[in-house]
Amino acid sequence: MSQVQASNSGAELNLRDDFPALLQEIHGHELVYLDSAASAQQPKSVIDTVARYQQHDHANVHRGVHTLSHRATEAYEGARDKLQGFINARSRSEIVLTSGTTESINLVAQSFCRPRLKPGDKVLITHLEHHSNIVPWQFVCEQTGAEMLVAPIDSRGQLELDALEQLLTDDVKMLAIGHVSNALGTINPLRKIISLARERDIPVLVDGAQAVPHMAVDVQELGCDFYAFSGHKMLGPTGTGVLFGKEALLDDMPPWQGGGDMILEVRFDGTVFNELPYKFEAGTPNIAGVIGLGAAVDYLEGISMDRIAAHEATLLDYLMQQLSAVDDLRLIGTAEHKASVQSFMLGDIHPHDLGTILDHQGIAIRTGHHCAMPVMDFFKLPGTARASLALYNSRDDVDRLCAAIRKAAAVFA
Amino acid sequence: MNTVASMNTDELRELYRELIVDHARTPRHFGALDTATHTAEGINPLCGDKLHLYLQIDTNGVINDAAFEGTGCAISLASASLMTDTIIGLHSKAAMAWFDQVTASLAGEQESIAHDKLNALQGVREFPSRVKCATLAWHALRCAINNDTTATKTE
Ligand SMILES: Cc1ncc(COP(=O)(O)O)c(C=O)c1O
Repeated sequence: MSQVQASNSGAELNLRDDFPALLQEIHGHELVYLDSAASAQQPKSVIDTVARYQQHDHANVHRGVHTLSHRATEAYEGARDKLQGFINARSRSEIVLTSGTTESINLVAQSFCRPRLKPGDKVLITHLEHHSNIVPWQFVCEQTGAEMLVAPIDSRGQLELDALEQLLTDDVKMLAIGHVSNALGTINPLRKIISLARERDIPVLVDGAQAVPHMAVDVQELGCDFYAFSGHKMLGPTGTGVLFGKEALLDDMPPWQGGGDMILEVRFDGTVFNELPYKFEAGTPNIAGVIGLGAAVDYLEGISMDRIAAHEATLLDYLMQQLSAVDDLRLIGTAEHKASVQSFMLGDIHPHDLGTILDHQGIAIRTGHHCAMPVMDFFKLPGTARASLALYNSRDDVDRLCAAIRKAAAVFA
Repeated sequence: MNTVASMNTDELRELYRELIVDHARTPRHFGALDTATHTAEGINPLCGDKLHLYLQIDTNGVINDAAFEGTGCAISLASASLMTDTIIGLHSKAAMAWFDQVTASLAGEQESIAHDKLNALQGVREFPSRVKCATLAWHALRCAINNDTTATKTE
């Protein structure tokens, strides 16, 4: 909370004009978009790239000799290269393109874990996880007789590291952990946790959906085995995502779905699978979406993830400080290390009523359980109001939010 | 409610009328009903709204008592409170006639609800994402009267 002053030192970004969707009025007020953790808006460069592709270059990938197919393939595979660079994967074979974080995690649960798990084995997750990093593990545990364990959190919404370490026993065959909590904004100390897991040869999957849009991520430096994220939270189109996996592990895994593109040779008595990463990409992919995602990477890198992180850190401090100054407002999730998200409750006003009243003042926040019901249960809340920040938000947005919250309080006063 | 007026958003004032805020803050007939003969559960998974409805219906089909428990937003609590207030003393068929009116009005199929207090719910119509909050209790009512024990969902 010490960085508020830093906002005058040039760290602030002013990018609103790059995002056409932000330049509109809602209920007669300029839109303030504070729901980027659910899905981020797209810059014009992404929208234009997708439109240009649709208008000029569209064809199926990897299968035609004609010019359009060649262009589509170049652009699609070019996006894979950009994504590889973006998270610093060692090889492009380690970048499996999926429909999003959810598919990426299910892929690992079914293709990596399911053949390996036996009754009595354990899968360790944490209390902070999004449903998409819970339910796939429940499925695979049911299928194999393995057991799911949950590492506990404290009242600030931080992992209890000692307890987590104790749970990392030899029986644990997978640690699946979020990088940043979507409900609370907690940044988990991944380097430490991953090294604890690696000392015990426990593979680690990181759900990076809420990290990748907000900070530089280097999968080699982290040392994780798998890293999953979604395109639509990092300024790209919906229906796109990535599974990073270490090549040796991906090589060893059976394909996840059968179909075209994932094979080299098909005969009725057997099939030879394609090489990585195509082995995991059955069927015609979301070509336009992935190309748009490549443009999103260009946009983010053009600004630099470090500058984005600095801008958002300053803004989050300001947001927390300003929210704390509102009467009767309680912050939910006050971890020492946080990114981009603040959940809160206003008196005994139900978050949905608050959300409706803010919407009428042009302010978009998320209300509810944020697909993290165990986190809500932990705080004994049916849901929270959540403001989430992105690179295009400003202090002005925070001020508008706080003024609108005060008006909401007056409605129920 | 002056501050709401100064927002210059009439619809909002329509939604959070004094009657709604009042019923949300101090819901009538809130709690369990030991003498219940019919009960039903209503769940709105999107919002996390949950309510349990209790009815005591006599052999003539008259609802002698009604109560509800649960958690929810102002709209769903107020709706449940207004509903229980309205249906106590009514024959279950008459209660179902109000169900028809409320749901038709919120679906935009009819102009208003011919009932002073229930008509306060009508403002919800301008907020499509909130209509389910307002109808939750009413769908639970239908299930309870029909002895349908599966939990109603408004999602
Ligand atoms: C932490 C986290 N994990 C996973 C997901 C799921 O992402 P998607 O719905 O894009 O697959 C989300 C998005 O809501 C998230 O915030």
